Amino acid sequence: MAENNGYSLWYEFKKGLWQDIPPFRLVLGTCPTLAVTNSVINGFAMGMATLFVLLGSNIIISAIRKYVAPQVRIAAYVVIIALLVTVADMFLAAFFPPVSKALGPYVPLIVVNCIILGRAEAFAQKNPVAPSIADALGIGIGFTLSLMTMGFIREILGFGSLFNIKLIPPSLFEPWIVMILPAGAFLVFGTLIAIVNYISSRKSAEADKA
Amino acid sequence: MEDKTNDKTEVKSASEAPAGPGGERLFVTSSPHFLNNESVPKIMHTVVLALFPAMAASVYFFGFRALLLYAICIGACLATEYAFQKYMKRPIKIYDGSAIITGILLAMTLPPGFPVFGAILGSVFAIGVGKQLFGGLGFNIFNPALLGRAFLMATYPVLTTTWVEPRTVQKAVDAVSAATPLALMKFEHKLTPVLDLFTGNVAGSLGETSAIAILIGGLFLRYKGYVNWKLPLGYLGSMAVFSGIFWLIDPSKYPSPLFHLFAGGAMLGAWFMVTDMVTSPTTDIGQWIFAITGGIMAVVIRLFGGLPEGVMYSILFMNAFVPLLNKHTRPRVFGAIKAKAE
Repeated sequence: MAENNGYSLWYEFKKGLWQDIPPFRLVLGTCPTLAVTNSVINGFAMGMATLFVLLGSNIIISAIRKYVAPQVRIAAYVVIIALLVTVADMFLAAFFPPVSKALGPYVPLIVVNCIILGRAEAFAQKNPVAPSIADALGIGIGFTLSLMTMGFIREILGFGSLFNIKLIPPSLFEPWIVMILPAGAFLVFGTLIAIVNYISSRKSAEADKA
Repeated sequence: MEDKTNDKTEVKSASEAPAGPGGERLFVTSSPHFLNNESVPKIMHTVVLALFPAMAASVYFFGFRALLLYAICIGACLATEYAFQKYMKRPIKIYDGSAIITGILLAMTLPPGFPVFGAILGSVFAIGVGKQLFGGLGFNIFNPALLGRAFLMATYPVLTTTWVEPRTVQKAVDAVSAATPLALMKFEHKLTPVLDLFTGNVAGSLGETSAIAILIGGLFLRYKGYVNWKLPLGYLGSMAVFSGIFWLIDPSKYPSPLFHLFAGGAMLGAWFMVTDMVTSPTTDIGQWIFAITGGIMAVVIRLFGGLPEGVMYSILFMNAFVPLLNKHTRPRVFGAIKAKAE
């Protein structure tokens, strides 16, 4: 990975929003993507919790990158990430009990979310603090937006509602139960990856022409 | 046409063969060298013809509603096929009949009172996701009609399992809800007479009522040579044997093999879905494994699973193994010697 010589902070932030957007381009963190996106609010909460942990872990890991022996770095990262996840979990349980209940075991499971360890390993340990913050914000916001998109589609089709408010009367639209089941998550995930890949391939084809 | 092909494949001696454009004297063409007048549209339209008795039976038992479902499913399947082929810039082949079959088979897996929007949704999923996304006819892994039905079952679990009594239209009542013979067996332990199952005077999906009508169509296809006898025989045979074992152990608890063969979708599945040319194995051993395991799966789901009917999932499950079966049961090439293990 390049040092922070040719790239601006803005670039590090922006790449998480489209070019490397998880989980569609950077296919990491698919477990929460499939498990908790049956409503927009759940997707948003999950994305925010991940953003918080990612930001904290990127900052700490990038700050201590020169003092940790490479042989033990993964163990050190896991301890740091576990600390931040515990904070996020307790915060949600204390201030947003319904959300914490809806997300269930998936908040503690952020510990093993590949995005966080992946960014630590691929970016934070090789870059100074400022680009690491930009990277964490970009990837975290991109992840949140992705989860909200998944939640939007699944909530509308699966419950006929949005933000837990019934939008479409049941007499007009029979909700698709499949969309709130795991199978629906896979269907929406696959469809969105296809759409993102399609747009990207058209973009790069246009760039080649120009 | 045939003569010409044969000429080409004949290896002529170098002296009498005329020199080709590049001066070569030996013509080699790739197989197949034998042509006949079968084609995809011809086979597909014959299958549609074979489905007519079963369609007629379902219209007799469920009236105008059945006809409407057939029309909706066929229309939606054709429209989806056209839209996908047009958008993906593939040759438009909606006249080859394959989408019609998917439409009929999908309608046959639906209960008679199924709403129209659901039928359209299932058709779009069956053709769009089940077939065109995989690359069109010949490339799909799963039987499109069954995939559509599986999607509908997950999407509308209540609507897909709400059944009506047959021949209620003629009795001048709107509809009398009823349970299928398999559900009666599973949840209330009531047996339906086999004769009723055979003629089709029971509640159920459009295509799972009349066993005899499906049998007529299936035997017609067998006579035309479009159905490989190993597949239905293996499927129904393994169902009969496997359920027979349980029946012999405890006849009061488990229904007889005849009940299993004629109830639910066993006949429809065995004759028209297991035998799908695209989604069944190509080798002899592979077909036996495919059909026999599928039959056992169906009985296992019926007797011990949570659902009353297991034909759909048994076939979809075995569809997933077809590439593996084709690969590992490939016959040895004539004259080839097995490589020594080192």
